[in-house]
Order: sequence, then C-alpha cells, then structure tokens
Amino acid sequence: MINKRVADADEAIRDIIDGQTIMLGGFGLCGIPEKCIAALVKKGVKDLTCISNNAGVDDFGIGLMLKTRQVKKMVSSYVGENAEFERQLLSGELEVELIPQGTLATRCMAAGYGMPAIFTPAGVGTEVAEGKEIRNFNGKDYLMEYAFDADFAIVKAWKGDTAGNLIFRSTSRNFNPVMAMAGKITIAEVEELVEPGELDPDHIHTPGVYVHRIFQGSDYEKRIEQRTVRPRS
Amino acid sequence: MLDKNGIARRIAKEIRDGYYVNLGIGIPTLVANYIPEGVNVVLQSENGLLGMGPFPFEGEEDADMINAGKQTITTLPGSSIFDSAMSFGMIRSQKIDLTILGAMEVSENGDIANWKIPGKMVKGMGGAMDLVASAKNIIVAMQHVNKAGESKLLAKCSLPLTGVNCIRKVVTELAVLDILPEGGFRLIERAPGVSVDYIKQSTSGKLFAEADVKEMDLN
Repeated sequence: MINKRVADADEAIRDIIDGQTIMLGGFGLCGIPEKCIAALVKKGVKDLTCISNNAGVDDFGIGLMLKTRQVKKMVSSYVGENAEFERQLLSGELEVELIPQGTLATRCMAAGYGMPAIFTPAGVGTEVAEGKEIRNFNGKDYLMEYAFDADFAIVKAWKGDTAGNLIFRSTSRNFNPVMAMAGKITIAEVEELVEPGELDPDHIHTPGVYVHRIFQGSDYEKRIEQRTVRPRS
Repeated sequence: MLDKNGIARRIAKEIRDGYYVNLGIGIPTLVANYIPEGVNVVLQSENGLLGMGPFPFEGEEDADMINAGKQTITTLPGSSIFDSAMSFGMIRSQKIDLTILGAMEVSENGDIANWKIPGKMVKGMGGAMDLVASAKNIIVAMQHVNKAGESKLLAKCSLPLTGVNCIRKVVTELAVLDILPEGGFRLIERAPGVSVDYIKQSTSGKLFAEADVKEMDLN
C-alpha cells in the first residue's frame, strides 16, 4: 500500500503558498479541519481563496484566518454568525462569492467525478444567474455551473488509514467527502489513524486514491455552535 | 392573529403521513413540535441527515451531530447520513415531499426573497435557492407585515430574489393564502379574530378574497 502519512498539520500544509485556492470541509463548525486551520494561521500564508460552506465564527474555524487577514476571497453559501466577516465584507476588504449550497456541493462532486460542469435550476432568475449560460431541458431552465478547480482540499475525517481511506462520523461528513475528491492535492486530518487492513473496505466513505496526505490530529475542540438540549422527563 | 407557534401549528396540518419534509430555520423548525400523532414523517436536514430526532438530553450533546441550523440533535431508528452532494441530489430530484421555509418577501407571481438585504445584511442563501428551484411542494412561513406595518406580500419583490415563480402557499400570522398560477394571492383562511378587510389592508399584492372566508382550525 502507498503510505500517505505525514507527521502533522505543519507538514501537511507545507507547500500551500500565497494566492492559492483551498477547499475546507465542514458545515458550520462541524467537521472542520481544525488542525490544518491552526497550521495555516501559524504559517501566515495569505491572499487565499477559500471554498467552504461557511466562514466559521469570530474566534474559531475559518474565522481565525479572517482575523489575521489571510483570506482574499470566500466562496460560501452561508456566512452569518461571523461579525468580523460581515465587517470585512461590507467595508470591501474581503471578496465573497455566495453560491447556493447544493451548487457548492455539486461543483465539488463534479471536480471529483471528472465532469467539467453541471446544470442546476438553483439560482435561475436571481443574481446568481448573472453572466451564466442557461440551458432548457424538458421545459425548465438550468444554469451551467463549472466544476471547482482547487489547489488543495483539506478535510476532516473520523478514522483513516495510512493508505488514505477515510470514514466520517455522523453529520460531520457533510462537505468532506465531496471536497476530498475535488482537490489537486487532498489533505485529510483524522481523529484516529490506523494501518491498512484495520478498516473494513465496505465501510470506506472516501477511497484513498483521492487522498494525498493524512495525519492524526489530537485534542480536537469540536466546538458546538448551538447547544440545544431537552430536559430529562 | 397568530404568534410564531400558531403559524407552525397551522402549517403542521398540511403534513401528510409518509412525507419526507425539509424544515428551514426559524418558524419552520417549530413545525416539528406540532406534527399530529400517528402521522409518520421523516425530517431531512440538508447538512446530510434523514430522520432528524429531537434535541439530545443534557450531557448527551454530540458536536458531530447537528442540523442545518447548527443545533445539536439526535437520530431516530431508521435514520441515515450522507454527504452534502447527495443531500441536494435528493432535493433536486424531488424525493422530498414538502419544503417549509421562511421569507422576507413573497410576490403575487410566486417569487421569493429571503437571503440578502443589499448594503445591510449578507448572510447568504444557504440551501434555500436549491430548495425553491426544485421542490414541488413549498409552504412559506412568514410575517404578513414588517415591524413598520408594511406588507411583505407584494406585487413584486423589492429584495434580491431567491427563486422565481415557485411559491404556491403562504402561511402568515394573519392568513393562509394560495398563489394562483395566473398570479395573485387567494385568501383561503383567516387567523382567529382577523377580518378579511384587515388582511386586504395588509396585503400589497393583488388579493382575491370572498366576502366570507373561513377561520383557521388550529386543533
């Protein structure tokens, strides 16, 4: 088996340079690559274009990279919950491209499936459609949206093996499998890294062919954005 | 006049046994509390879950198990988890029977605006554009008038659109309304204690109302 293990987040992101486009998995703060985000902040790489469903919160997730002004452009579907983001956006310091969530996911998928574009009805008749080719199929209009082209995809999985196979847990799966498929170079950080043979091939969500570097992170914070509970009756 | 829970309670009556339902953030989320006994529904959360259960008991919250509102939740027997592309695949291919979402404005031809106030608020559309573009059955839960008393049911939306010609039913604090395929709101039910005249005054788009419109049954 090809061994894709690297020592840590610093080694995994060593060759990300200023101005590159990176995808980051996660939905809200759920399933985000915490360790690689911390390493990117430490490295200080800047002018990044970040493709990620959300932009974190002020003091966690991608919010940490916004605070240090490392992000030139965000490509996201929903960016509420982040005051610093809103400030930079309204003042013009930060560029943002808001795209429908299904379009975001499917443009990742298309990249991983080797398809140059998709057709989706999401955004037809809205400002999202401006400048885009429209095709009519069976009487309904669809926008042509291109597959993403990202230098790096950074994802977080629950378990992985050194061959790069990944298993996600609960709803922290979200965008991670489709982004894992979409990077020119894909980096996976996992809570538990095992040897090949320890994961059942039937249970693999992302085949190792899509993953180029993998490492085990430790002390995951896994912050909860909205802690909602019910009383015990 | 209904409060938010009243709107949710009325919408819950539209849910049929066997439905797969996507609930948006805000009032739509409350609908889950009023689904009648014996009506089996599966709630979809577009971050990748079918079969959304109630909030966890205190101390059992799991950071890896959230809904699209980023709230901690639980699964139910029969739940399934999938990635975001598949989640919107089932939305686009119309496997979800009913979508309930909020709106800032709705127009008489079924346009909806709910994602942006230029120069003021930019939160993004999340999954709303995908949902309204593909769903075959959408109910909008919204306030009939804004805080200044101005109608949010308009001839034409003033805010950037989320989708065009896609909304057919609206439930507000004042009324249940259909949007006619040829254009215009049709008053179906009034909220308890609300007159047809008051609804007319509160609706800026074209409104068709019989003189005698039945009051909502919330039980």
